[in-house]
Amino acid sequence: MKHVVVVGASAAGLAAVETLRREGYEGTLTLIGDEPYHPYDRPPLSKQILGGQWEPDRVPLRSAADLDALGLDLRLGVTATGLDLAGRTVALADGARVPYDGLVIATGVRPRRLPGDGAERAHVLRTLDDALALRDRLGPGRRLVVVGAGFLGAEAAAVASGLGTEVTLLEPAPVPLAPAVGERVGRMLTRAHHDHGVDLRTGVMVAEVADGGVRLSDGTLVEADEVLVAIGSVPNTGWLEGSGLPLGDGLECDEYSAAAPDVYGAGDVARWHNPLFGTAMRIEHRTNATEQGMAVARNLLSPEARKPFAPVPYFWSDQYDFRIQAHGWLRGHEEVAVVEGALEERKFLAAYRSGDRVAGVLAVGMPPKAVRTWRQAVATRAAWRDAVGELVPEGA
Amino acid sequence: MSGAGGGAGSGEDKGVTMRVEVDVPKCVASGQCVMIAPDVFDQREEDGIVVLLDERPASELHADVRESAVVCPAAAIRVVEK
Repeated sequence: MKHVVVVGASAAGLAAVETLRREGYEGTLTLIGDEPYHPYDRPPLSKQILGGQWEPDRVPLRSAADLDALGLDLRLGVTATGLDLAGRTVALADGARVPYDGLVIATGVRPRRLPGDGAERAHVLRTLDDALALRDRLGPGRRLVVVGAGFLGAEAAAVASGLGTEVTLLEPAPVPLAPAVGERVGRMLTRAHHDHGVDLRTGVMVAEVADGGVRLSDGTLVEADEVLVAIGSVPNTGWLEGSGLPLGDGLECDEYSAAAPDVYGAGDVARWHNPLFGTAMRIEHRTNATEQGMAVARNLLSPEARKPFAPVPYFWSDQYDFRIQAHGWLRGHEEVAVVEGALEERKFLAAYRSGDRVAGVLAVGMPPKAVRTWRQAVATRAAWRDAVGELVPEGA
Repeated sequence: MSGAGGGAGSGEDKGVTMRVEVDVPKCVASGQCVMIAPDVFDQREEDGIVVLLDERPASELHADVRESAVVCPAAAIRVVEK
């Protein structure tokens, strides 16, 4: 292998190029990113950057010297526009054609939009520039409407409220995040918003962003000085359409995270079959980006010794004065049991069941040893009956 | 991160000195480093923030420490090798 191309210069792409070098790959290594910046960390955007505790100089993932040492053909500020799979060439917006022997696709996701939410009317929160633009508009005397009470919307609402902004949080579901974390944990989050003076309105459908706020489906205008749209993300696969690669909800990969011979997907854009949980998943979390970038680099370099990518997914979210941490695959769970602590005190550990196994664990304010022990139960796919007890469907 | 040089095998680390630095304000208490290199990292009981147990780990631990630095979701671990 003489030329590896990595498309996407965020956490997954960076992990891929670093791992390739660490594992001894000495050929040409091209890293392509559509943003003009060196690889930087995204979780702080909705936390320390938005809150003003950090300036942008804290978010680069590596120093310029460390990047230099990788010996990259680094192309920033340029978008990949097409892929010729048979000819093994990536087309770039600047007209360049980059040949490859091995390809890693790590183009991430972009925010889903609402009708009428042009840049002059509404914010999104994905890039450093997005975060800085929103940060400039927060503070006492300002009214912010956040559309979507998922993790990102909730974090942004908490930070904006902490800065003195008057925040309204609009959510179509009756309980925020219930599909992700279950009804009881979702209601705990609801209470946290209310306790901190955020006006959370559930069961509310937003039709469009309008002049002076957002218009609900019943015609009501919710007034705001600023609007943040946080209604999920869309995988950046447009440049791969017509390439012959399998596209669905992201780039469809196998258990090795491969989409075609010598073509791998990593990070938010990649949907792959995780054999540990026996299901396909696409994960938009920071840790997965790195782990998947490392895994595909190793599989690309050692085709005879490829390993299935079988991680225990992990995410965390900072909201107000507490941090949520979760290990495993919580989606589609059939039962939630609080196995340590108490929800009301916002110090608890909840286990999630799928089938007869422990599929995941979510903790707030618990000692790290307890969290690690339960994470191990997920990693070993422990039987629910042994770890928790009798099976009781959620809501029963 | 030490960048590109060198191979991955721990056997090649004889004579290489490693210094580990942690950026405590960046730490998000994920515990990933403790799961990979429990002889080098621990977590504070009250909030899970990283505790560096061994600033200059022995050569047989180097591969795990490098892995911890790469996997850290807060990029809070830096490894300097000479």
